[in-house]
Amino acid sequence: MDMIQSEELIFEYEKRDEEGNVIGMNRAIDGVDIHVSPGEFVAILGHNGSGKSTLAKHMNAILVPTGGTMWVNGRDTKEPAELWNVRQSAGMVFQNPDNQIIGTVVEEDVGFGPENLGVPTDEIWKRVEDSLKAVGMLEYRSNSPNKLSGGQKQRVAIAGVIAMEPQCIVLDEPTAMLDPNGRKEVIRTIQELRKKKQVTVILITHYMEEVIDADKVYVMDSGHVVMHGTPKEIFSQVDLLKKYRLDVPQVTMLAEELRKKGLDLPKGILRTQELVEALCQLS
Amino acid sequence: MSIKLEHINYIYSPGTAYEKQALKDISLEIKQGEFVGIIGHTGSGKSTLIQHFNGLMKATSGALYYDGKNIYETGYNMKELRSQVGLVFQYPEHQLFEVDVISDVCFGPKNQGLSQEECEKRAKEALELVGFPEKYYKQSPFELSGGQKRRAAIAGVLAMRPKVLVLDEPTAGLDPRGRDEILDQIEYLHKNTNMTVILVSHSMEDIARYVDRIIVMNHGEKMFDDVPKAVFAHYRELEKVGLAAPQVTYIMHALKAHGMDVHTDATTVEEAAEEIMRSFHD
Repeated sequence: MDMIQSEELIFEYEKRDEEGNVIGMNRAIDGVDIHVSPGEFVAILGHNGSGKSTLAKHMNAILVPTGGTMWVNGRDTKEPAELWNVRQSAGMVFQNPDNQIIGTVVEEDVGFGPENLGVPTDEIWKRVEDSLKAVGMLEYRSNSPNKLSGGQKQRVAIAGVIAMEPQCIVLDEPTAMLDPNGRKEVIRTIQELRKKKQVTVILITHYMEEVIDADKVYVMDSGHVVMHGTPKEIFSQVDLLKKYRLDVPQVTMLAEELRKKGLDLPKGILRTQELVEALCQLS
Repeated sequence: MSIKLEHINYIYSPGTAYEKQALKDISLEIKQGEFVGIIGHTGSGKSTLIQHFNGLMKATSGALYYDGKNIYETGYNMKELRSQVGLVFQYPEHQLFEVDVISDVCFGPKNQGLSQEECEKRAKEALELVGFPEKYYKQSPFELSGGQKRRAAIAGVLAMRPKVLVLDEPTAGLDPRGRDEILDQIEYLHKNTNMTVILVSHSMEDIARYVDRIIVMNHGEKMFDDVPKAVFAHYRELEKVGLAAPQVTYIMHALKAHGMDVHTDATTVEEAAEEIMRSFHD
């Protein structure tokens, strides 16, 4: 069974004028089919307004489809009775670290989720400790969240999600507001989590370097999935990506420039190591 | 015309338990027409520094000269300074508030006391400079896409015709094309109007591509102040303070370590490609 599966997913909302009258419909998602297997790392790319965040919000039933179906862990998100099962299967991390932390002490914040799920107190403390350890923030457990850096806050937000023990984590541009160090911290944390806990990860991002380790990449444009494949397959198509307002990692760009200048390099080079080896073979 | 800082210190909440020195003995001069990048990790003092440039924050000690005049002297015209040194904050679109785009952009010049006619003339000119499409002038700023909102907000500062434009992370949250478009537009402005541009960014790749000079901030101190190639040559030290060099610089170092005869100072894809081709042709 897929961890996340959508079939002909459509999401429409009403457009209103200043007086609040409906003046038409907007289709933010238009017939999207995606499949994410348990344990997979899937990235979703797309320009601002392409529908990727709207799609992400369907993965834990913040939004429900107006057409087609979204299943999370086999449960139809349209069924009101499944709401809590869906939300327990898929946890969400958002862009702004300051908007998703509510506790006045780090460990309280992380314990908030499991407490709401009705987890017994002893078990909550165990989960808090375990989650903070998993994101490398255990030593800050008694700190006030507002003294943390952006990257640290995002790691606490991730711990808060992990503490609910979801099978799947959806991260909607978790690094957009962070400095390079914070970005590295968060990406490293996500990779560690995959190793330690085998969680399924869905990462939405504008940073191309962050998706080179993904198992699968979906590219969205005006509500449709317009490309999907492995990072290598996707980043081999530099011109097509540019058409969708996206980019490729700098190392891929450099390899592409060198190809244009006549060097016989393979397409879709994603890592510095690959490029160095390919160039050394040529010289 | 220049901004000149002499031994600027800034201390937050002096005399309390939260006392923190955010700027330590900063001296620097930015001349008219320069394109300067400021980098530093979160909390390094970048934002505090740029808010000194137009007098929004006042140094605890030290002097700041704009156009040769000490702005801390009594009677200095701060209002004039603030229309000459325009500051675009992070996520400036959060500050949009008017009923339509053109009124929003007019707000700055209106406060400068200009006539309605002149305000609109400047607003249109500013919107054109940032490449904002005319068909949306009368639209509510809240109905625009992220990239268009950002342009409208930057136009709001440009409409005051500043001589210096300071931008704090102008591309945060934008998609790659949106990033390139905004920065290309700013570069165009810089080249064609001799405007000084001061760009704060977390993207080393963007900084390397656009600026002529980089100021590196660390714990409130100026760590480096030099041309990009010279600054990024210190990539090991930059890493220690939470920064990095552009990805291509690392590629060049890796190639050299593998015995290829290349110079390692490339900081952009174009430079790196040229340097690698040169080594193949030699």
